[in-house]
Amino acid sequence: MISIKGLTKSFDSLEVLKGIDLEVGKGKVVVVIGPSGSGKTTFLRCVNILETPTDGKISIGEQEIDFSRKVSSRQISSFRRLTGMVFQSYNLFPHMTAIENVMEGPVTVKKEAKQKAAEKAEYFLSKVGLADKMKHYPFQLSGGQQQRVGIARALAMEPQVMLFDEPTSALDPELVGEVLKVMKDLATEGMTMMVVTHEMRFAEEAADEVIFMADGLIIERGKPEEIFSQPKAERTRQFLRLIQ
Amino acid sequence: MYLNSIFADPDRTARLIDIAQSSLEPLLKGAIFYTIPLTLITFVCGIILAVLTALARISHIKLLQMIARIYVSAIRGTPLLVQLFILFYGLPTVGITLDPWPSAIIGFSLNIGAYASEIIRASILSIPKGQWEAGYSIGMSYRQALTRIVLPQATRVSIPPLSNTFISLVKDTSLASLILVTEMFRRAQEIATTNYEFLLLYTEAALIYWVICFLLSLVQGRLEMRFDRYVSR
Ligand SMILES: Nc1ncnc2c1ncn2[C@@H]1O[C@H](COP(=O)(O)OP(=O)(O)OP(=O)(O)O)[C@@H](O)[C@H]1O
Ligand SMILES: [Mg+2]
Repeated sequence: MISIKGLTKSFDSLEVLKGIDLEVGKGKVVVVIGPSGSGKTTFLRCVNILETPTDGKISIGEQEIDFSRKVSSRQISSFRRLTGMVFQSYNLFPHMTAIENVMEGPVTVKKEAKQKAAEKAEYFLSKVGLADKMKHYPFQLSGGQQQRVGIARALAMEPQVMLFDEPTSALDPELVGEVLKVMKDLATEGMTMMVVTHEMRFAEEAADEVIFMADGLIIERGKPEEIFSQPKAERTRQFLRLIQ
Repeated sequence: MYLNSIFADPDRTARLIDIAQSSLEPLLKGAIFYTIPLTLITFVCGIILAVLTALARISHIKLLQMIARIYVSAIRGTPLLVQLFILFYGLPTVGITLDPWPSAIIGFSLNIGAYASEIIRASILSIPKGQWEAGYSIGMSYRQALTRIVLPQATRVSIPPLSNTFISLVKDTSLASLILVTEMFRRAQEIATTNYEFLLLYTEAALIYWVICFLLSLVQGRLEMRFDRYVSR
């Protein structure tokens, strides 16, 4: 499904990603963990091409994009459609209601008819448990509700892969559960997902694979129970000790 | 002194009331047919110019950036009255003769374009980067993210400062009197030179400006309320 080869990213002289290789099968859930500054956000942003990688190849399904050559903005837009991004700070459009947020992509980007897009948006908002909040503006919603609208907005573009960058770390503890539940449901339904999170419970329950990143490299990868109970690398052990 | 002379002399009082009444119509006509249309036309042209200038300044094309910068700097660095004089009295020297009305429209539009572009640029830059990225992440192009996501939010931010610009423009149009546009203030001057009641006529003109600006500030309040419906207060 996703295949990433030799992905690097530098900001000026700072090399943040130092060559990442990763395969994610269809319907698999990969959780990325690692210390602050290790490049997790940058990694996801590169897959969504919000940052243009310095070098490397990414392919999703049939489509491949090779960053060792110059890529056009058209190539980027068409590739970006394959992935949906959920941001730590939600980034909902504040001037639009929940349903307008979700309809925006289908109507403006895919040129779908408003009526059809509205029906689809209702479907996705119901799916994330917000059928009764469709006409609310973001400021009228709690953080957990806003993040669920964010998930519905990404789903409405019908991506092949969903990317989550610490989707619950801006939330009050009592609101984390409702967002994780939506994500687990998605995983159960067979969505391919890459999730950066510090929620170890979620990793244990929903992940097929856990990846430990440090200093712009994948240090260790494996099934959640392997990584959490018998980490091989010393760096992984240190990190897990810190967060537990 | 003035008040004294009014009340001491009933004939003079009657004359002043008469002048005030008879001058009201030409002054209002000046406002309705010149001051207000001049303000509206130049504001619309100026805002279009301002949006283009702001976009040029935030674009990645160096040449566009530079042209926009020079334009804004030149307009902001020179007096409006001097700009109007160059257009109307200066350009004929090189064979470009403009009537008062077009000179005024061009001059004021260029002026608004420069000042408002700074407001619009700042408003665009005040929208968090995450908004652009959220737009891109659902597949939008630069243009779509700009027009659907960023400009609508920037509009809300820019309404109070742009309203100030607009209200200043209403008053600045009085400068057009100096390039022979027969707007309200010029009419006040013309009438005053026939009867020498300068204080009366200029005060009357001032009151009309005040009323117009007051009405505009009411409109501003309503606009702000409309755009604030999606932010918590
Ligand atoms: N736009 C940028 N320009 C320059 N440096 C950047 C930029 N974005 C990220 N970095 C740097 O890249 C490194 C990795 O950042 P990144 O945000 O990917 O880490 P992270 O693993 O997501 O950390 P956290 O857990 O704190 O979110 C950091 O040193 C950061 O300062
Ligand atoms: Mg991060």
